[in-house]
Amino acid sequence: MTETQTPTWAFGLITLGKGLAVLVGLLTAAAYLTWLERRLLARFQLRLGPNRVGPFGLLQPLADGLKLMMKETFLPQEADRAVFLIAPALSMLAALLAFAVIPFGPPLELWGVKLFQLADPDVGVLFVLAVSSLGVYGVILGGWASASKYSLLGGLRSSAQMISYELAVGLAIVGVILLSGTLRLSEIVAQQAEGVWNVFLQPLGFLLFVIGGIAETNRAPFDLPEAEHELVGGFHTEYAGMRFASFFVAEYGHMVVMASVATTLFLGGWDGPFVEQAPLLGLLWFALKVFAFMFLFIWLRATLPRVRYDQLMSLGWKVLIPLALLNLTLTAAGVAALGAS
Amino acid sequence: MGEWIAFVGLSVAALGSGLAMVLGRQPVHCAVVFLVTLLSLAGLFLLLGAEFIGILQIVIYAGAILVLFLFVIMLLHAHSGEGPRVKLRAQPVLAGLLALGLLLGLGTALLSAASLGRPHPGPPPEGFGTAKAVGTTLFARFLLPFEVTSVLLLLGVIGAVVLGRREAPEKPPRERAAGTARAEAKAHAKGKEKKEVVPR
Repeated sequence: MTETQTPTWAFGLITLGKGLAVLVGLLTAAAYLTWLERRLLARFQLRLGPNRVGPFGLLQPLADGLKLMMKETFLPQEADRAVFLIAPALSMLAALLAFAVIPFGPPLELWGVKLFQLADPDVGVLFVLAVSSLGVYGVILGGWASASKYSLLGGLRSSAQMISYELAVGLAIVGVILLSGTLRLSEIVAQQAEGVWNVFLQPLGFLLFVIGGIAETNRAPFDLPEAEHELVGGFHTEYAGMRFASFFVAEYGHMVVMASVATTLFLGGWDGPFVEQAPLLGLLWFALKVFAFMFLFIWLRATLPRVRYDQLMSLGWKVLIPLALLNLTLTAAGVAALGAS
Repeated sequence: MGEWIAFVGLSVAALGSGLAMVLGRQPVHCAVVFLVTLLSLAGLFLLLGAEFIGILQIVIYAGAILVLFLFVIMLLHAHSGEGPRVKLRAQPVLAGLLALGLLLGLGTALLSAASLGRPHPGPPPEGFGTAKAVGTTLFARFLLPFEVTSVLLLLGVIGAVVLGRREAPEKPPRERAAGTARAEAKAHAKGKEKKEVVPR
């Protein structure tokens, strides 16, 4: 049992296994988030929400999935067939891929392969940024390929939104990188587990990241891409059935991934009480933190009205980016004065 | 072996999608296959161990520049996405000549290197192409060019602001560039209100 060289088949098998587990987990989480969102929104509005299918309506996502699968798949006459079909897939890919570098549990190893992280590249943080910058394509291409005014306007609008807020998010992340001095996500978490969570050192950065993250995932109050009274349904107006569902799942998957990134960078990832005694507790802590973000997302949606487009742009460019720059300057000064941790 | 398969696959994808981009008739399709080119190039960089450059390839080219291309294509030819009607007759000839010249230059460089019998340069030093190495080079050896470039970029930003402001001085340029129907309608409504108010 003391072999140093991991056999290739074991490496492949473990990687395949955890890849499948993560994929299934993410998709299930996305499906049950729709249930959670409807139930919680109903609570916020003093209603009951879906409670007919199974206990507490727990089988509702299955019913929804079945319904969407049996819907007619519809291709608008003028639509660009190839791009129309590629767009939802691109959306899904960009939404889920970033989770590949997230350490969602303590660094336990089986035959030298990390169990709770799919891959741990040197440039993990940049990988997250790169993948999330690809998220625009699904929206913009889907909007264009539908050959509909509403879709095109919705697509252009939301890509402008995503690009604008990406900057603030990126700048907020740079503060964390300055503090930790590494781009490797597992090290960032390990440093927080030993010392203080970054949220206490970077409160402004955390706030900026969360606001930017909500805007990037197109959630309320920044859900302009699907402003019903202006754009019918936004970039996915012409989509139906499972193709629409892919966009939908991608959005929820993106939320989970965004929350995971926030947890990893600012809230200490899998760190929590008694993790050292029972490392598997780390999985629970991570899931709880992500869940807290989900609750926040839904709570905000139930509370805040949608912002206007000009408000959105001026908030992004005139408030968030200058604040992010200020945060960066302060952090850089602090690190220069006290030395990196 | 695995590396070889990945290299061949990525190279074929890069070359094939590059060809498809050049030969394609539909600008948006060209942009989509160009995305494939950029991603395969990023993959090739990763294979070479240049992680930082590979990721930057995605962040900058795929995440920013190509999106800008798509914006321009869609706003100029929103519905059809077709190219300009006017054909530049000299363009294919000139492009062919240029490509031939480039090919010749590359070919002679390769041949002369081979005939001179220069030794293989060997593997790059440890840590080459990582974020740390690139950062150190950029901020130590090339500090001045780096700062000059940042001034250039700043000038570009100011230029864009000035050009964008000319039409509507009271509106920030970003909104106008995005051109929402809503902002437009609002401006319109404001104008109307004023007109109606004045005669009263």
